[in-house]
Amino acid sequence: MYSYNEFDSAFIAERNAQFRAQVERRIDGSLTEDEFKPLRLMNGLYLQLHAYMLRVAIPYGTLNSRQMRTLAMIAERWDKGYGHFTTRQNIQYNWPELRDVPDILDALAEVEMHAIQTSGNTIRNVTADHFAGAAADEIADPRPVAELIRQWSTDHPEFQFLPRKFKVAVTGSPNDRAVTAAHDIGLRIVERDGEIGYQVLVGGGLGRTPMIGKVLAEFLPEADLLPYIEATVAVWNLLGRRDNKYKSRIKITVHEHGIEDIRARVDATFALIKPTFSGVDQTMLDGIRAQFAAPTFRSGPVHHYTAAYADNPGFRAFADTNLAAHKKPDYAIVTISLKAHGATPGDATADQMRLMADLAERYGHDELRISHEQNVILPHVHKSDLPALYTALREAGLGTANIGLISDIIACPGMDYCALATARSIPIAQEIALRFDELKLEHEIGEIKIKISGCINACGHHHVGHIGILGLDRAGVESYQITLGGDHREDARVGDRTGPGFAAEELLPAIERIVYAYLAERNGPEETFLATYQRLGMAPFKAALYDEAASYAAE
Amino acid sequence: MPRDFTPKVITANALLEGDVVYLTEAGIWTRHLAEAEILTDEADAELRLLDAQAQANTVVGVYLADMTPTDNGPEPTHFREDFRRTGPSNYNHGKQAERA
Ligand code: HEM
Ligand code: SF4
Repeated sequence: MYSYNEFDSAFIAERNAQFRAQVERRIDGSLTEDEFKPLRLMNGLYLQLHAYMLRVAIPYGTLNSRQMRTLAMIAERWDKGYGHFTTRQNIQYNWPELRDVPDILDALAEVEMHAIQTSGNTIRNVTADHFAGAAADEIADPRPVAELIRQWSTDHPEFQFLPRKFKVAVTGSPNDRAVTAAHDIGLRIVERDGEIGYQVLVGGGLGRTPMIGKVLAEFLPEADLLPYIEATVAVWNLLGRRDNKYKSRIKITVHEHGIEDIRARVDATFALIKPTFSGVDQTMLDGIRAQFAAPTFRSGPVHHYTAAYADNPGFRAFADTNLAAHKKPDYAIVTISLKAHGATPGDATADQMRLMADLAERYGHDELRISHEQNVILPHVHKSDLPALYTALREAGLGTANIGLISDIIACPGMDYCALATARSIPIAQEIALRFDELKLEHEIGEIKIKISGCINACGHHHVGHIGILGLDRAGVESYQITLGGDHREDARVGDRTGPGFAAEELLPAIERIVYAYLAERNGPEETFLATYQRLGMAPFKAALYDEAASYAAE
Repeated sequence: MPRDFTPKVITANALLEGDVVYLTEAGIWTRHLAEAEILTDEADAELRLLDAQAQANTVVGVYLADMTPTDNGPEPTHFREDFRRTGPSNYNHGKQAERA
């Protein structure tokens, strides 16, 4: 993985020293809050409902065990013993004290991490497929180019005061696990006549006005990528609406001008910019690529795995749900669920973080990934190690076999932490997970994605959930609106609103009715919830939700 | 027509810890809503708010929050203030932990 060079280290050290002085000046009263707030936000420090919140970037979701141990140490020493992994491959600490934050940032710097550009109107943490470098379906590892974009965008003088935040995601597989269609720029690595290039999407985004990204360039040669992205951001930087926060994202610019007009402007700007790129970016990319070289894979028999799969039903369930196909047939990608039934989605305790670090070192070539679905991945595990890995995970409460199932829910912090929230998200996720575990229906229901946001900002991706839940405030009471049929993959789609919302205590029965309607209507267990919805449309689900007469409840 | 002034307390977050705090009658910040002063007069509330806002070296984000006066002190009228008073509902963390 990428290692800081001297320049990177010096830059972070200087930024941290600067911030330490700013914190001191805020505490001794020489800076007002109005002066201090933009400075703390530049360093990822928010003030939330009950405490400060520090957001730390995990670029393209990649960590080694040393970094994970530092995240654990920070949780223990300066927070309340846990951290929250988010949908943008960040970790959030919910309880740091102002005075300690400079020390936390220094501890992060020791393992080449930081919180720069995790807030503000800049290019945010670049995210990527959490199976990068490992997936069987991968055309190329998306991380080198994500790292190149990170280096180019960090502290880029032109892009520190954009009209609004700007998010870039990269996938290297045709099966999109990075939600590229819901990003300001989504990059998809594609291959044409043996040549690697990029399909560039622009103007996707969730929030108040959800939109699916449109194709800006069908096939961009590798050498053109950085100048082309720079041209795109530059065009938006000029055209973007700074007068209205709700219309400032590039998705609105693309919508208002039309994709053809934006493409013409980007092409014109690209023609101007391209000659100023000397090609050094390509040299850098080659250097970066070398740092992402695959580990030395082991070969060896896998009969431990096949035997455990045959004999141990717990292991089999885990293997069936939590493993994904690795490019080496003897290896597997392991997703560790941070969604134990009743737990807060995305939270890991310091002990759990340390255990995952140990296991990565022992069985996983020292690599970990964080997924946008708020889980942790060991991307390279030899199949013969899986039974031992599973046993260790289970003992730590990390062996839940529910990846992709109804309890593998994305939930934003909602009103339990977030100052912008209009309702809570976490207790809803906890209730749903516990209820379907109790019903023992989870594996029967099969693949389904529930995503919950505590307000219209859509941090929990509810628009692209098969079942999306949006928490609202209806005259001082928590109320929840349901959408159906959203999809976050390569053919991404925004879900359809079902109708009036539900009070908190009505919501779980409503979700149950939707699920029972699906079980009654599906053409057998192979037909997923989403496929059933796509075949039948809203009608049977709407009837189950709102029509007293239509009852699919379990008899 | 101006709306009737409903009872309020002055609330903010502590500068150093971020904790939710309330202003007492004595003009000190407390972590316990029960100890907060209830303001029922609009002009008085505005003055107290200005005073509180001037304490920018102790607190951040001062505002007036709607409350219902009860025998046990002010009770939030909106669930957001209820959560601010108590702490998150997924863990026993924050103020609820300290009180226990
Ligand atoms: C608790 C502190 C947080 C604050 C104050 C916050 C703030 C916001 C705001 C204001 C937006 C809307 C932006 C816009 O549309 O222009 C937004 C969107 C978003 N946030 Fe957060 N957020 C927080 C936490 C999170 C967390 C925990 C996650 C992940 C679980 C997250 C991921 C996202 C995502 C994915 C979007 C949608 C992006 C888009 O397409 O526009 N945020 N957030
Ligand atoms: S969706 Fe709203 S409530 Fe949830 S984290 Fe984002 S801003 Fe906060």
